[in-house]
Amino acid sequence: MARWLGTRGRAAAPYGLGLIAVLLIPALLNVIPGIAPGYVLYLVSLALIYAIVAIGLGILIGHTGQFSLGHAGFFAIGAYASALLTLRLGLPFVVALLVAGSVSAAIGFLLGLPALRLSGPYLAVATLGFGLAVPQLVIWQGSWTGGASGLHGLPLASLPLGAFTIVFRTDQDYYYLAAAVLIVLTIFARNVVTGHTGRAFVAIRDSEIAARAMGVDLVRYKTTAFALSALYAGIAGSLYAHLLHGISPEDFTVLLSIDFLTMIVLGGLGSVGGALSGALLLTFLQNALTRLPVVHDFKNLYIVVLGVILILTIAFFPQGLAGIARSARLRWATRTVDRPAGAGQIVELGERSGVR
Amino acid sequence: MLSVEPDILTDLPWGQLLVNGLALGSLYALTAFGIVLIFKTTQVITFAQGETAMFSTFVAFTLLTVFQLPFAVAFALTLLFAGLFGALIERVVLRHISTTTILNPVIVTVGLSLILLGAAGWIWGYEIRTFPAPAAGPPFRIGTVVVSQLNAVIFAVTLALMGVLYAFFRYTRTGIAMRAVSQNRTAAQLMGISINRMNALGWGMGTAMGAVTGMLIAPLNYLDPGMMGDVALKAFAAAVVGGLTSLPGAVVGGLLLGIFDSVVGFQVPELRNTIAFSLIVLVLVVRPGGLLGKHEVKKV
Repeated sequence: MARWLGTRGRAAAPYGLGLIAVLLIPALLNVIPGIAPGYVLYLVSLALIYAIVAIGLGILIGHTGQFSLGHAGFFAIGAYASALLTLRLGLPFVVALLVAGSVSAAIGFLLGLPALRLSGPYLAVATLGFGLAVPQLVIWQGSWTGGASGLHGLPLASLPLGAFTIVFRTDQDYYYLAAAVLIVLTIFARNVVTGHTGRAFVAIRDSEIAARAMGVDLVRYKTTAFALSALYAGIAGSLYAHLLHGISPEDFTVLLSIDFLTMIVLGGLGSVGGALSGALLLTFLQNALTRLPVVHDFKNLYIVVLGVILILTIAFFPQGLAGIARSARLRWATRTVDRPAGAGQIVELGERSGVR
Repeated sequence: MLSVEPDILTDLPWGQLLVNGLALGSLYALTAFGIVLIFKTTQVITFAQGETAMFSTFVAFTLLTVFQLPFAVAFALTLLFAGLFGALIERVVLRHISTTTILNPVIVTVGLSLILLGAAGWIWGYEIRTFPAPAAGPPFRIGTVVVSQLNAVIFAVTLALMGVLYAFFRYTRTGIAMRAVSQNRTAAQLMGISINRMNALGWGMGTAMGAVTGMLIAPLNYLDPGMMGDVALKAFAAAVVGGLTSLPGAVVGGLLLGIFDSVVGFQVPELRNTIAFSLIVLVLVVRPGGLLGKHEVKKV
């Protein structure tokens, strides 16, 4: 466990900064006049939850090169599993969270099996179908899933610690919970992708044949990537259900899957930090767009913006925000070095091909 | 004591379900055909086929209602618009996208479809409209089976288009050039075929085929920006099941899916899509290249 959650060497500094930011945000919001800190914290929590999905999806698409257009399906499975366990069986939140993640991961593992034979567009269609099927199944099994009207009145999230129990009552409490889960899962994801599992993922992405020739077990690693990414989506789904205290099948549309895709494309494929920043940026952008006074029809504007982001990112910054940050860092690091033209690109290429 | 249960299988109106399924399947097949056409010529899997079709149908609607043009004229003008629109998409967007990874074109066409969806919602709004039918009147009856005039038109248009396209790919220089490009891009280029022109042509033709589908689906269902969502998805599935590299495969896949949809939709309408997609995954696991497609084995 310690091995999975420890931070290695230079990676510790950003985590320290991130932790300080997490702790400072609520204090800052209370100082800034004219905003409702509760609502903003609710929004930040939502962004953090989406970031968990984005990190998981990033491992699947960015690192392993396996497409998914159906991650809203895993998100829905996590949300429904958690809601049903707490509402119908009265299980504590923590148990529901863990079971929701495991159920989602198990289904992700199963979906990874056909992915062994499907590639590229075929896989995209299969996962798209999966994402569509989940809400349909929920409505079909309406007698215990609540059908189209959904499940409501979920209990408050709580965490038993020995003799006493922490109950996450306010938006600020829930924000700390979401941030804590995100931090743990971010460190875990970084350790997975920089370790031997991550190297196997990248090898599969770059060439399945070469990976196999090097002894990478495709069955094992492809299903692992699917299960891992579904685990993230499932845990996030559980957090989402308890943040909103209620869910319905309408929350989990294909558009949500495309939202997740846009987050990692914008942030930069193959980068954990990129997925994180893409998720935060897109959630705030979505909220900012609803506030524009000139717009009557927010939905149209939002999907057009989403489409434009996808196309422009692929056309001009295929490495996303993470790529922009990386080249800026390189330019800064090599600023005083008298270098021949093009040396920067070579360094950058070398870094790009490695595991991040 | 024996209870007399109605036999589910013989009590189904099989003939009627078959005709309805074939009509629906023809529409899936036409849309799937457009997707496969674009894939074969340009190596790009388009996720925007449904939305370009929807957009073109709205253009047809505007020509019909605002400009009061007769159906045939509006139909022809819409085809022209869709052809140019498809070529424009290729020229302005896809030509500049690197296709080194399969991810890029998928992401870009998903983006395109979002833009078109939002733009259509913006221009025409989300109220559900009725689209004038190309043919109205008493349906044909064959025994107990009823074929509406619209369904008859759908069959006729599908057959005619298939015939025209078959002739185009078989006998015209341009058609043969497009086939050459889909077989071997480098060799085709060495023979003096312009890849860019063929890509633009492929997009134009595929988009025009989508426009035809849209104009036939809108009178069957309704007209609104989301009208192609379900159809495009099924068409996509049809293309994949038939084999993305095979034009006849798209037709076979579309018809099969249409019949399946009609029969299953008659019995368990809630699970239509779920069952369809489970079957598709099954087909793909058994035959990864689709029913009629070639499964490409990668060589190092």
